[in-house]
Amino acid sequence: MSIVSSPYVTPSASTNRLMLNVIIALIPGSIAYIWFFGVGLIVNLVFSIGFALLFEAIVLKLRKRPLKPYLGDYSAVVTAWLFALCIPQHSPWWLIAVGIGFAIIAGKHLYGGLGFNPFNPAMVGYVVVLISFPQEMTRWFLPLQVSGEGLNLIDAFRYALGWVDISQWDALTSATPLDQYRSGLGQNLMISEIRQSPVFGDFAGVGWEWIANLWFVGGLYLLATRTISWHIPFAVIGGMLLMSFIFYIADPDAVASPGFHLFSGGLMLGAFFIATDPVTASTTPRGRFVYGLLIGVLIYVIRSWGGFPDGVAFAVILANMCVPLIDYYTQPRVFGVDPPDEH
Amino acid sequence: MHHKPGSFHFHGGLHLPDHKAESLVRPLQQATLAKELILPLRQHIGEPNQPQVEVGERVKKGQCLAQTVEFVSAPVHAPTSGTITAIEPRLIAHPSGQPEICIVLQPDGRDEALPDPLAPWIDHRDDPQALLKLIRAAGIVGLGGAVFPSAAKLSTARKYKIDTLIINGAECEPYITCDDILMQTAPQRICAGIAVLQKLTRPEQTLIGIEDNKPKAIAAMQQAIAEADLENTQVITIPTLYPSGGEKQLTKLLTGIEVHSQQLAFDVGVLCQNVGTCAAIADAVEQQQPLISRIVTVTGPGIREPGNWVTPLGTPIRHLIELAGGYKVERPKRIMGGPMMGLNLPSDEVPVVKATNTVLLLDHDDQPEVSECIRCGRCTDVCPVNLLPQQLYWHSRSRQFDRCEDYHLFDCIECGCCSAVCPSHLPLVQYYRFAKGEIREQKIKTYKSDRARKRHEFRQARLERLKQQAEEKRRQKREALARKQQKDPKKATAGKAAASDAVQAALERVKARKQAQQTTPKNTDNLTPEQQRQIEDAEARRKRIKQNGEHTS
Repeated sequence: MSIVSSPYVTPSASTNRLMLNVIIALIPGSIAYIWFFGVGLIVNLVFSIGFALLFEAIVLKLRKRPLKPYLGDYSAVVTAWLFALCIPQHSPWWLIAVGIGFAIIAGKHLYGGLGFNPFNPAMVGYVVVLISFPQEMTRWFLPLQVSGEGLNLIDAFRYALGWVDISQWDALTSATPLDQYRSGLGQNLMISEIRQSPVFGDFAGVGWEWIANLWFVGGLYLLATRTISWHIPFAVIGGMLLMSFIFYIADPDAVASPGFHLFSGGLMLGAFFIATDPVTASTTPRGRFVYGLLIGVLIYVIRSWGGFPDGVAFAVILANMCVPLIDYYTQPRVFGVDPPDEH
Repeated sequence: MHHKPGSFHFHGGLHLPDHKAESLVRPLQQATLAKELILPLRQHIGEPNQPQVEVGERVKKGQCLAQTVEFVSAPVHAPTSGTITAIEPRLIAHPSGQPEICIVLQPDGRDEALPDPLAPWIDHRDDPQALLKLIRAAGIVGLGGAVFPSAAKLSTARKYKIDTLIINGAECEPYITCDDILMQTAPQRICAGIAVLQKLTRPEQTLIGIEDNKPKAIAAMQQAIAEADLENTQVITIPTLYPSGGEKQLTKLLTGIEVHSQQLAFDVGVLCQNVGTCAAIADAVEQQQPLISRIVTVTGPGIREPGNWVTPLGTPIRHLIELAGGYKVERPKRIMGGPMMGLNLPSDEVPVVKATNTVLLLDHDDQPEVSECIRCGRCTDVCPVNLLPQQLYWHSRSRQFDRCEDYHLFDCIECGCCSAVCPSHLPLVQYYRFAKGEIREQKIKTYKSDRARKRHEFRQARLERLKQQAEEKRRQKREALARKQQKDPKKATAGKAAASDAVQAALERVKARKQAQQTTPKNTDNLTPEQQRQIEDAEARRKRIKQNGEHTS
């Protein structure tokens, strides 16, 4: 096909290049994740990506769309990768199938496919399994550095496929640092008492804080390659810092520090990789800022007063709902339309 | 003013690889004459011209070939001497791809010039009105690409108070170097043109905007300004950023003034002219030369020897391509203008016109694969008008044209920045052109149907009015009569009685006449005995015949 009207320059960026950048940026954090929590993530990734491509192909076939351009845009891989990072390190295959199925089929294709989905597909899938399978979704493993041992790759696959008695590894599981905070504060423990637990590191959970650092590094790569703009991650982190700082200075004994909040759970991953999903985020410059701020604040609210230990997924989905409204009220001033008075 | 001129900026814009060096390695050359020159009747924005010559006629260089009396127009002149061989539709550079009427001139090679092509006005060029007529007669249009007739623009400008005359030497689009090389080689001509413009519009300051990727042009212009001793005139170097050469963008860059969406630059006291236009004005005023040639950049990865040529208007671009060493690739993409806003050329037989700044030959003609919009917002980040290109795209695509207008579609300058960064490779500008066309068509339709409806309503109203007037007249007559009767009842009764008497009399007359008719004797009365007998005989015969008839039947 030939270009019929101007411009005739081919953009250097392409959708699959952007998605590939996201995958590249996810690698350092993912390696750290494996370093601290073992090979479970590899199994999660294999099942997640496999199911994602399978479901994507089936739906594309049903929708009579060509497979190659859509499977080749890596968007399903990004969704699968983010989902794999959200669920516990060792999750059963069927849980992954259900989550990815909801993400790809309900979260994405029922709305018209990539570009038309109002909600972040990975978060839709995660929220479905979080609500549906509370037992499996709370089987978090301790860092290898705390428990001293982990599963090997073969055991991890057998675990995921349900071919072994998983209770033999129960001793390796424990509540996440965020969860320990929650339950500790619920029992009126002081922050200093809660932090006696071996799962806590320098300012957040052992392992978790380093993984968060590397999400930040990956985020810098995304900023440097202009895959994402700074507004959303800046605003998410800003919103979280603002809230946690206000409540922390009010009562430092009973409220987690801003540093803990920043490097715990899914905040860094959410700020740079989940909230920045262009399809479901606000698109105006000011809107991106409002959207990010809303997510940061909501994460703190859900973590502190909600029913779940972390709030990234719910915060993102709630903010996704507000996007049309945010976009409408944050339109930039068009050149020559109501210009500010000179001088 | 708090800022120094040129320290302002506009939103967005793109840093594009400028590709200007390629066509600047060779000096400016004079293009040879092609075998035939194809001169479209209309090479400007505005009213169409009428041919002033006939097929077979011999013409001289500088002779007017086509013109019209309309204000917004510019005549077309013969670039050389020769014979008119045809006046017929030919392919030209136009978005529609439709052929248009062109005058075809076969040069005779003698290049014989008309002695005084602009004679009537050249002697009175100190008079602004004569100067404007001279500029108009020289066929000068905006050579930056808009091709709006310069005389019309300047006449309008003279009705406003012009504070700042902006001379556009930005040349922000990649590949194009015709203005750069003009500023390098003929800055004096540009300055002479600026002096004419200053005389016509009396600006307080003149700012020449040039992008900082043209250091030679900047130096040449600065020197020429000093030599020509132009008052309150300075070169302002602006950062290289596409589209800084857009009229409203350049105005913002140089003066900080934002021309309002619905307004023209005049409304804020600014007149903007391209450097090429200035040189053409100087040629007309100082050398009596109408606009018959222009500098054309022939460049791009699809051509062997890129460069700039002073080209007679009407030269087929194939001729220029041959001068530039020919095509380098098998399937080049031919564009008139730059890669961001240029026009796709259907063939290489189209001629160079007043608007042709560049013939760009790209080495491929492939559209990258298009995918769905992922709402990344890069288009928003680069839009120099600060529009939301993505919303415009969604609404154009779903034909919600009123929403397009809400999102200020008509402020879009079609610069192409949004398409140039779109990772989904959507032809965004094409969607906007489509939407603009549809909206314009809708408006024309609405206007027409409104007018038809109004006409119908007027007619209905007029008929109703006539009816009421007639009714009113009758009513007034009746009332007048009634008033008359009320005023003088006796006379009225008497009148009535007299009237009924007359009727009675008439009736009686009729009755009498009827009676008289009835009493008139018949011709069977008062018969003589002889006649009586004859009648009786006849009766008897009749009777007999009747009886016989009955028998025989």
